[in-house]
Amino acid sequence: MTGSGTPKLTEFLVEKVVKNYSGIYDKSTAELLSRVRREKLSQPAIFIGMGSCGITAGADKTLKAVETYLTENKIKADIIKVGCMGLCSAEPLLDVQLPGKTRLSFANATAGKVDDLLNSVFHHTLPHDNILGQYRFHGHEEWPGITSLEELPFFGLQYRMVLKNTGIISPEDIHDYLARGGYKSLFKTVLNYTPEKVCEIVEQSELRGRAGGGYLTGRKWLVALETGSDQKYLICNADESDPGAYMDRTLLEGDPHRVIEGIAIAAYAIGAKKAYIYLRSDYKRAIVILRDAIRQARECGFLGENIFGSGFNLTVQISQGAGAFVCGEETALIASLEGGRGIPREKPPFPAEKGLLGRPTVVNNIETLANVPAILENGPAWFKAIGTKTSKGTKVICISGKGVRTGVVEVPMGTRLIDIVNTLAGGIKNGKQLKAVLLGGPSGVFVPPQDLETEIGFDTLQEIGAGIGIGGMVLLDEETCMVSLSKYFMEFLQKESCGKCIPCREGTKRMLEILEGITRRPREESSHETLERFKGVVQLENLAEVIRDTSLCGLGQNAPGPVLSSLKWFREEYEEHIFDRRCAAGVCHDLRTFFIDVDLCNGCNICQRKCPENAIIGTVKMPHFIIENKCTGCGICFDSCKFNAIYFK
Amino acid sequence: MQFEIEVNDEHVIARRGETIKNVLDRIGVKVPTLCHINGFTPTGNCRLCVVEVDGLPGLVPSCSHPVEEWMKIRTHTPRVLKARKTLVELLLAGHPNDCLYCEKNGRCELQELSYEMQIRERKYQSRRIPVQIDKACPSIERDPAKCILCERCIRVCNEMIGVGAIEIIGRGSESRIGTTYNKGLNTNACVKCGQCITVCPTGALIEKTAIHTVLEALNNPRLYPVVQFSPTLPAAIAEEFNLKSTKDVLNIVRAAMKKMGFRQVFDISMAADLTLMEEAAEIAERIRTQEGLPFFTSCCPSWVRYVEELKPVYLSSLSTTRSPQQIMGRMIKQYITTSAGQKAEDVFVVSAMPCTAKKEEAGKDFIKDTQVPFVDAVLTNREIIKLIHLMGIDFSFLEPEPEDSAFSIRSSSGKLFGMAGGHLEGLIRTLHFQMTGQEMNPLKIQDLRGLKTRKEARIKIGKQIINVVSVSGLAHAKHLLEEIEAGRREIHIVEVMACPYGCLNGGGQRQGADEKSLKSRMKILYDIDEEEIIKAAHKNPTITGLYENFLGKPNNDRDREFLHVSRVARQEK
Repeated sequence: MTGSGTPKLTEFLVEKVVKNYSGIYDKSTAELLSRVRREKLSQPAIFIGMGSCGITAGADKTLKAVETYLTENKIKADIIKVGCMGLCSAEPLLDVQLPGKTRLSFANATAGKVDDLLNSVFHHTLPHDNILGQYRFHGHEEWPGITSLEELPFFGLQYRMVLKNTGIISPEDIHDYLARGGYKSLFKTVLNYTPEKVCEIVEQSELRGRAGGGYLTGRKWLVALETGSDQKYLICNADESDPGAYMDRTLLEGDPHRVIEGIAIAAYAIGAKKAYIYLRSDYKRAIVILRDAIRQARECGFLGENIFGSGFNLTVQISQGAGAFVCGEETALIASLEGGRGIPREKPPFPAEKGLLGRPTVVNNIETLANVPAILENGPAWFKAIGTKTSKGTKVICISGKGVRTGVVEVPMGTRLIDIVNTLAGGIKNGKQLKAVLLGGPSGVFVPPQDLETEIGFDTLQEIGAGIGIGGMVLLDEETCMVSLSKYFMEFLQKESCGKCIPCREGTKRMLEILEGITRRPREESSHETLERFKGVVQLENLAEVIRDTSLCGLGQNAPGPVLSSLKWFREEYEEHIFDRRCAAGVCHDLRTFFIDVDLCNGCNICQRKCPENAIIGTVKMPHFIIENKCTGCGICFDSCKFNAIYFK
Repeated sequence: MQFEIEVNDEHVIARRGETIKNVLDRIGVKVPTLCHINGFTPTGNCRLCVVEVDGLPGLVPSCSHPVEEWMKIRTHTPRVLKARKTLVELLLAGHPNDCLYCEKNGRCELQELSYEMQIRERKYQSRRIPVQIDKACPSIERDPAKCILCERCIRVCNEMIGVGAIEIIGRGSESRIGTTYNKGLNTNACVKCGQCITVCPTGALIEKTAIHTVLEALNNPRLYPVVQFSPTLPAAIAEEFNLKSTKDVLNIVRAAMKKMGFRQVFDISMAADLTLMEEAAEIAERIRTQEGLPFFTSCCPSWVRYVEELKPVYLSSLSTTRSPQQIMGRMIKQYITTSAGQKAEDVFVVSAMPCTAKKEEAGKDFIKDTQVPFVDAVLTNREIIKLIHLMGIDFSFLEPEPEDSAFSIRSSSGKLFGMAGGHLEGLIRTLHFQMTGQEMNPLKIQDLRGLKTRKEARIKIGKQIINVVSVSGLAHAKHLLEEIEAGRREIHIVEVMACPYGCLNGGGQRQGADEKSLKSRMKILYDIDEEEIIKAAHKNPTITGLYENFLGKPNNDRDREFLHVSRVARQEK
């Protein structure tokens, strides 16, 4: 870790930078700041994206390769581990900055490419195949012929406020954050504003909760502030469990201090002395980074007793959840934090009035809190200028699925969905067509291409029956089977249901069973079973409606989302599965019917021997045939045929 | 604060802090529920009480949603009815198809709802996971297959009994009610009070029935079946068969028992008098030596079990006197072996109790020489009623049977055992006499009466002030113990009943008793006390006779067989 062993530097930064929120520094301070920000370098610096996504893509091997390269070539350089800057599909990412020159970014920098890559920088033989672009810094010499990162479509459309530092600074060193104006807002807040004023400023900014509900954050704080109690709590909800959502992790691994500062300001605003960060225990790296960040913040006096001499005390504690999806729901989260089973309870009373241990508790999503320092720094008017009429600010979105590029992006509210698909994600991989976009995680809804003109925002999305949810966006191509995918999400939700209320516990199970019935082929189907299947589909919609109407918490209420929206937009696919017993995408294995192309089959006999159902007949060296009603569609023959003679419909 | 809201287009008054259901109950609009019980934390599990509220996107559970000024509520719209019907259908999807063979047939809330909702077919099919019935417990039988996870039993066990013997385990569709380490109820902290049975909407929790054993005994020519009944039985029978609860009911019940084949019928209240004599002597001794105070009564087997299991430090404070059921059983066996010339093992003593824990208690004590149990079988009041139906007894044709057996004289103090506070009241009457040699005046202690779970009184006996507390509902006993542990020293006598308000609301009583019926049960017993001439145990001539001829002095049962036990903590057993 760089710099943490320099108490003098810390002291200097706290005194000269944090406590000077005019932003005007004397010459020596400015000089030092540019050093800490790595604008002025004395030796080359190499940045490696060491977020969990980077490590999965091989960043730790890249790191070793870089170290080896440097020792072998006797080059003195700083290696800085940074978080993920969002372009997960290009991991591992490697940045190199030479003194006086701009910072260069390389994509897919796997260990094997490191030598070649670094050679090209140190021997000035650029451009290189893997080059992504260069950062623009004022007063730095640019590399010729290399595009600026801002000009790339992936970054051009973004407005990075929450993710401003992510992937750029070292998350392990508080000085990086301090040198970029970190903790100034906290200082300003606790010394200048009353808690009421903070609530007012945040309410004026019209910041709305980023976890999907969209409740005005400032108003929620005010409720907690005005509820009398001996103790109040702030909980940062980082329990992200949607498949395909990883913004919480990215933020924690890339810029933990922004979250901690947001937590401290929020805790001050509601009068809480204790704050919890609730996250999944499998976010190992995020926990390590966060724990260290909390320690550093405490050592600097940003947490603990009498913060900045204002008399405000705050302890921040990390609490690890076991990863239950329902624990993202605030009352379930509180139950889990109290040591009970993670099950939600009826609201009202809302946690802001009666939450953790019966005390007023504000549960804020991590992204909401990460917005707070910037609002306090620049004022509510500045924040309100970003976004649309009813949705202010930005939204962090995780793009996954079949897009050319996947990753975490931050766009201003009001950005059209189609722009995210086409510009940020770069369209669909392999030249395929977009079929739909799943918005809002496993209990979200499918948005068909014709609705993609919609702008991102709480109200605009509601008009098309969708919701941004936590910000997950899954791009689906034409090869997706909507029935199978809906079944997958139903299975997920059914497993994650806590089991408390009947509609969610029993209803999702029944819906799953009906969907399984549609996609399964019974060996010998009786007319009774066919009837049951037909009836099941009629029941699907009825069930979905009742589950949505009567479930206790958001998990159940939204659980029918994928099924209802796919039924709405892709009804013909359901009909095809039910009546024709066919899955056009070929995803539902049970419904595939296999045929042998007589022209291509040379009678090698392999498929006949491998077929577990004895459904293939034929003599050696003569074309074989498949008995249709014996075939279960397992596909073993298809996989074993060396002559591509087997095909399916 | 009061305000006006709209329910089904009518203006009604609501109060701040109330739930929607509170308002609906008050104005007589019925919404179904399978999980709610009055007086307990609403959980909103079953969602059947949902109503439509203008302006809210989904349906709102009326049991747990607070009422607000702006509300316009509709309780029976097509949307609501459809939702309720679907919910019941969903519950039925995995429910066993054995209503005809179910203990709860005809009294099952799920069955009733399914009828009300016009459900005529099993709409949703589900693969059922086979589960084992937990039947090893001597008092309670648990069939998880019939459980609909309403959590009523859990709440009663936690909030009223304070034991927490059961909890939900597993998640989602695999959730079920589980016991410690998934072992049977007989191995965990369950005190067998049976309160869970009285709230279970389905047949998932029932008492372990002894009807078959009793039937066999009645028809076994070798055996000499007799029955002893508790003070709560006449009221229970009167409620069930719509009899006027006069003094005659007792004699009609006696006649019914004889008709069923019991050779003799005994009133347990006589043994209750003995218990009072013994306990009073114990207390007088403890007050004299100032040791072992506060004194805890021990007639409630669930409470005894609670102490043995969870609070063994109080074992020495418990009374060593046996419960009336056990004393009576022992006495009957002694009496019949000597008077009717039967062998002890041939006398079959059946008790009719409002209690499931008595079933367990009956298996505890055996006559020293012969190893014959004091009591052979225990029927709950529910079971006795079933047996009366089974045997085709028609009350309109029964002639009241006069008291004929021995032990038939009892004081009204013995009758007061049936409710919380009553035991204590009777105890003080005798204690007063034993300590001062004079009768108490007046005998009635108003502070110990009424439908409350905690009653306290300061009694002057001679020159001494005796502080007494009656708690019912083990959770309240737990609170009292906490107070004592925190330093409360002045209490002399504590009467504990595991079931709220005492035996008249016991785990073996009719299900779903409301406040009104509890009050009327209570009134019956107080009326007896009002009319009875012998109002205290020490005035009972049978008792005085017994002490003179057979037992010696109170608290002097030297071989500790008839009247006293020695207590051992369960962990040490």
